[in-house]
Amino acid sequence: MATITLDQVRKVYGGVVEAVKGVSVDIADGEFIVLVGPSGCGKSTLLRMIAGLEDITTGEIKIGDRVVNNVDPADRDIAMVFQNYALYPHMSVYNNLAYGLKNRGMAKDEIDRRVKEAARILEIGDYLDRKPRALSGGQRQRVAMGRAIVREPAAFLFDEPLSNLDAKLRVQMRVEIKRLQRSLGTTSVYVTHDQLEAMTLADRLIVLNGGNIEQIGAPIDVYDKPASTFVAGFIGSPAMNLLPVKAVDGGLGLETGSGLSVPNLHGQDKCLLGVRPEHLEVVDQLPNGPHAQVTVNVLEPVGAESYLYASFENGGPEIVIRVSSHAVHKPGEKLFLGIKPENLHFFESQSGKRIGD
Amino acid sequence: MKRLQLSDHLVLIGGVIFMVAPVMIAIMTSTHDAITIYKSGLQFLPGGQMLENYETVLFRAGGFTKEVNGLVMMKNSLILGLGFAIGKIVISMLAAYAIVYFRFPMATLCFWVIFCTLLLPLEVRILPSYEIVQSLGMTNTYSGLIVPLIASATGTFFFRQFFMSVPDELLEAARIDGAGPWKFFFDILVPLSKTMIAAIFIIMFVYGWNQYLWPTLITTDEALFTLVRGIKQIMQVWVGAQIPALNEAMALAILAMLPPVIVVVIFQSWFIKGLVESDK
Repeated sequence: MATITLDQVRKVYGGVVEAVKGVSVDIADGEFIVLVGPSGCGKSTLLRMIAGLEDITTGEIKIGDRVVNNVDPADRDIAMVFQNYALYPHMSVYNNLAYGLKNRGMAKDEIDRRVKEAARILEIGDYLDRKPRALSGGQRQRVAMGRAIVREPAAFLFDEPLSNLDAKLRVQMRVEIKRLQRSLGTTSVYVTHDQLEAMTLADRLIVLNGGNIEQIGAPIDVYDKPASTFVAGFIGSPAMNLLPVKAVDGGLGLETGSGLSVPNLHGQDKCLLGVRPEHLEVVDQLPNGPHAQVTVNVLEPVGAESYLYASFENGGPEIVIRVSSHAVHKPGEKLFLGIKPENLHFFESQSGKRIGD
Repeated sequence: MKRLQLSDHLVLIGGVIFMVAPVMIAIMTSTHDAITIYKSGLQFLPGGQMLENYETVLFRAGGFTKEVNGLVMMKNSLILGLGFAIGKIVISMLAAYAIVYFRFPMATLCFWVIFCTLLLPLEVRILPSYEIVQSLGMTNTYSGLIVPLIASATGTFFFRQFFMSVPDELLEAARIDGAGPWKFFFDILVPLSKTMIAAIFIIMFVYGWNQYLWPTLITTDEALFTLVRGIKQIMQVWVGAQIPALNEAMALAILAMLPPVIVVVIFQSWFIKGLVESDK
């Protein structure tokens, strides 16, 4: 168990492509950190740099008190779980778990003890003699995790470990990973592009975009107060509605026309207004407070709830509204929407940065 | 439908006869005495001379120096075939390992240079090769027979393609598990390549076993003669003013065919197993 410290870590490929642009973060002992972002944002590169599979161009990575920039992956005291499991196909499950320990010159009975213990925790004891190809996807995933656990490392590194599983298994394994990490208390860094996985697993989220950190924080803080339009659009599903607005009489209105009225809380001439789908409430009458007036385009039921896609009278972006699953709305129907002032987010038009707190 | 099946079988049976008949004729002919064959040509039915003929070619010392018999030649052929196949596999696996897994300057160029040697068969470079072997004093030795031939562009190419299809994550997992380059090679790559090795072993063993030109050039000592050369030798030396010993030549040809057949039969089952069970 250890802390992980990244100090101005950069990765440049071939002197041209800057995949990671100066990332600094302190990861506490036992913390579960999730690196999240779209593909190509540098999250996997960053994880692989922590693992030692990629060289660090500049900056410093510390695991515990030790600078590991030039330390071999095997000597970093980390364990990694890969997206495609990367199990050794010709070895039995037992040998897959034991291989790293054997290479370390560990005593046979200690290896045996650790493998049996990991097998017990992960409930894979029944197929220790099988080859990986005789296992299902979920079982392979467990073996891959077992290979990490037997090492008893200072940190677990997960590289999109659930992407190859079907939806149901993914949810199940997600819960399991969280439970396991809690009980082992091992510092973990987890890479995913799935914002739901990120939200549910993380103690703290790191949202990456184009090699830069957009925001670091507890999932709920990131959700409640996205630091930029990028985070606002990435975290939360369906994504936050972002509307270009300008100052009008008595507040802010749509740039493209009427249909929206919100208070100008920060005295902006022009900015982007953000509202989450669940914070738009369908009401009977035009309310006094912040409100919008839209026409329904499509109703999309997903079971527990439904999403309304609606547009403003004079154009502008289509917005999404979360409604109860039993709400009945026809396309073409006109709706009044109420919004609470505390649920409004404001972002600078140019930089996309959050205005206010 | 029935008729179609019947014609299918006829086509298959025809194919089998076409492939097997020459071998059967050789076997049958090898069981007669030389006079019968000389008088009435190739034989289609078994004769009574089988044991005698095979005993003669296996154990009777023949040739110019009367030092070499069929067994010795078979041993020589085996050494050549095995040395050839194993040497080629070892060398080409290591070459492919270097090309795929290590970053060194002009790796791609190196590969293509190796690949281009495919265009230069032994016959094209046989004089310089002979010159080198001769100046190293390696004529009439097993190493002279084997070593100059074990560089294999074909093998390197096949292993390169195979290694490139092994997922990178396997290497990374092994690195995290503390496996260095040699450990990764022996613990992971070699076991994964089993089927590939079996396939190349089949091809190379048969290729080495059937070498004729190179052994003829390098070995003048009859004690180093291979079976393939021995067949020729029987025809030359034992003919004289007498009747050609066609029966013995046939027997030796059948014996020369056996080891490659055995190798193919043994390794084929591995080969097919490897194709059916996807391991990666």
